[in-house]
Amino acid sequence: MSNLETFREETRAWLEENCPASMRTPMPDEEQPWGGRNPSYPNPDTKVWMERMAARGWTAPAWPTEYGGGGLTPEENKILQQELKRIDARPCLNSFGIWMLGPALLEFATEEQKQKYLPPIVRGEIRWCQGYSEPGSGSDLAGLQTKAEDMGDHYLVNGQKVWTSYADKADWIFCLVRTDTSVKHEGISFLLIDMETEGVDPRPIKLISGSSPFCETFLTDVKVPKENLVGELNKGWTIAKRLLEHERAMISGMNMGAGEASLGGMEELAKEVFGELDGMIAHPTLRDTVTKHKMDEEAFNLTLRRTGELAKAGHGIGAEASIFKFYGSEMNKRRFEILLELLGTNALTTEGEGHDQDVMDISPQWLRSKGNSIEGGTTEVQLNIIAKRVLDLPEGGQA
Amino acid sequence: MTTENIEQPKTDFILSEEQTMLRDTAKQFFSEQVPISNLRKLRDEESADGIDREVWKQASELGLAGILIPEAYGGTDFGITGMGLVMEEAGRTLAATPLFSSSILSTLIMLEAASENQKQSILPAIAAGEMIVAVALEESGHHNPAAISLSAEKKDGGLVLNGRKTFVLDGHIADKLIIVARSNGQKGDTNGLSLCLVDADAEGLKVSRSKMVDSRNSAEVTCENLTVSADMILGTTDDGAAPLESALDQARILLSAEILGGVNEVFERTLEYLKERKQFGVPIGSFQALRHRASAIFSEIEICKAVVTFALSQSDKKSNQIARLASLTKARLGEASTLVSNEGLQMHGGIGMTDDVDIGLFMKRARVQLQLLGDPSFHRERYARLNGY
Repeated sequence: MSNLETFREETRAWLEENCPASMRTPMPDEEQPWGGRNPSYPNPDTKVWMERMAARGWTAPAWPTEYGGGGLTPEENKILQQELKRIDARPCLNSFGIWMLGPALLEFATEEQKQKYLPPIVRGEIRWCQGYSEPGSGSDLAGLQTKAEDMGDHYLVNGQKVWTSYADKADWIFCLVRTDTSVKHEGISFLLIDMETEGVDPRPIKLISGSSPFCETFLTDVKVPKENLVGELNKGWTIAKRLLEHERAMISGMNMGAGEASLGGMEELAKEVFGELDGMIAHPTLRDTVTKHKMDEEAFNLTLRRTGELAKAGHGIGAEASIFKFYGSEMNKRRFEILLELLGTNALTTEGEGHDQDVMDISPQWLRSKGNSIEGGTTEVQLNIIAKRVLDLPEGGQA
Repeated sequence: MTTENIEQPKTDFILSEEQTMLRDTAKQFFSEQVPISNLRKLRDEESADGIDREVWKQASELGLAGILIPEAYGGTDFGITGMGLVMEEAGRTLAATPLFSSSILSTLIMLEAASENQKQSILPAIAAGEMIVAVALEESGHHNPAAISLSAEKKDGGLVLNGRKTFVLDGHIADKLIIVARSNGQKGDTNGLSLCLVDADAEGLKVSRSKMVDSRNSAEVTCENLTVSADMILGTTDDGAAPLESALDQARILLSAEILGGVNEVFERTLEYLKERKQFGVPIGSFQALRHRASAIFSEIEICKAVVTFALSQSDKKSNQIARLASLTKARLGEASTLVSNEGLQMHGGIGMTDDVDIGLFMKRARVQLQLLGDPSFHRERYARLNGY
């Protein structure tokens, strides 16, 4: 038996023994495992599951063991994910620290910083949020104005961040700050700030979906130790860009299949609503709409698989992430529009006698999906990136 | 336990070294021996054959005519992916050869349906490029195998054919034709078809050339009491639908590879033009309205590449998903080639409307390819049916 087969057997046995039964059921939103200093565990098994996985480094399976990670090879990690999927295990830890900041720290941070910040991320002890956008800097992110002044023994930070996901619940924030006002991209630095520092004030923003996952975060005379700078001074844009690639990869895969999961597939839903004719969705034009979308999804999944295979074989992937972000988020928006069309006014009902909760849950998700083509770089920004970096088209035209 | 036991990597998308070499050979052959000027010459000189026989001889000597044919029948046996790579290159230069009609469509039907004797008597000649075999399938302006009604009456163990076929690719230069006829059931039935191999000069067979917008060969075929002996029926009488469908699916995927070649070529030429052409003192490719559209097209083409490559590799693996994948692929590529040829022409502006520039030729070819073996709405409907919606 090969090492990988042994690994699979051992993993399967360990998961069988250690994944609590309630962690193999569909997850209500309030049981999302975010960890942090002030965690909320309506279901105590969530904590047990996270801690058991963290003890093996499997909350971040591919990270090196010296920083608390699992140290798994890509092949082993794939097996772990397959075995988790096999038992329908819930995610053990949601974490911007793992998805976004960690990979950037592994690449750009000092040894001391890695030792300090990575293990608490793996253990789910510290919850991070991202301080990128500002009221005046959305698509033009590099125009950001939040200032970090060198006061000798510390930086003094003043400014305002916006769209900071879950800032009101986060323990630390990784921030882009301006350390040189005379230049644009070359005057940006990457700074880590403890949210408990005096002068940090996150305020939730209410969205069209009714929920408030994002905040505006005010930074007023915040004193930040100088050792919290990651990478060189004024070289933060390089880190920012790399981190955005991780974020885009995350968003393009986000929400896929969500929404329908509790309702059955889109095609089943269409049959339920409009009935069947010789086994076909009885509404011919909506049948074509559903079919087009299912074909888009299959084609897009094949594209992700192809890129994965090419990357594994040593062909680079960089700007391609923009294709996935662009296409994936537009497709996800179309998906929710189709679900709304299929469900009609039932999906637009938010409260009402005799209405199915699963159906009423669609409209907040539909509204949320609109953000997919805005966050992490708008669709228009992704198209600009492809034009510049992949197609090498000239710049500067105004007409 | 041993560490040498390494898992076989999955290669649904990555070419082997042999396949890369084949693609390079094909690229060189088509770009040097069959550039677009070859098609223009055939068109402008009103060539009687509509193909360049010398070019077809060279292609056959290279082994291109026999790529799908096993070595036992004189072929080079590079498989579906191999043929797909060749088709992609052929699509880039709009090469007018019997590659699709004879070496793909007819060959696949022979491989799926024919008896050992029939294969031995026909396939080596196809592989050598010495015999051109065309398929007479369509009866209306839309691809629809189930609607076939050309009648085949059973007589003395053979069949007697009466009826009309249209859009028969390379029909007027074919040495033999495979005529798909209805020997059982009624128009609309999936089954009840027979595949009949007939000589081009058979009594009762009339073939007349038609002209298509893409300047490629097509013919109308009429059968009047055309007698087909039992040994000229491929496979079994009445049982032609299943092997035909299997052959058509592989052919749809290979045709999609040719479409992809054309799409790539149009996009690359358009990108060059966006960088060269200046208006308002700057290259037009610096205008965001055009940049965004170019980027969206690029994304669409990346998706097409994944779909075509996967469908080709699954055909080689004899996957049971081929019918679904063929429809996914043919629909997607039909839609993409419409988008890219339309956008390519628009981005070329006035010059794109002239016959001197090749964009128009690609657009015309794209529309014929789109109809061939099913347009996007045919394949969306079929995909839905195969998936049970």
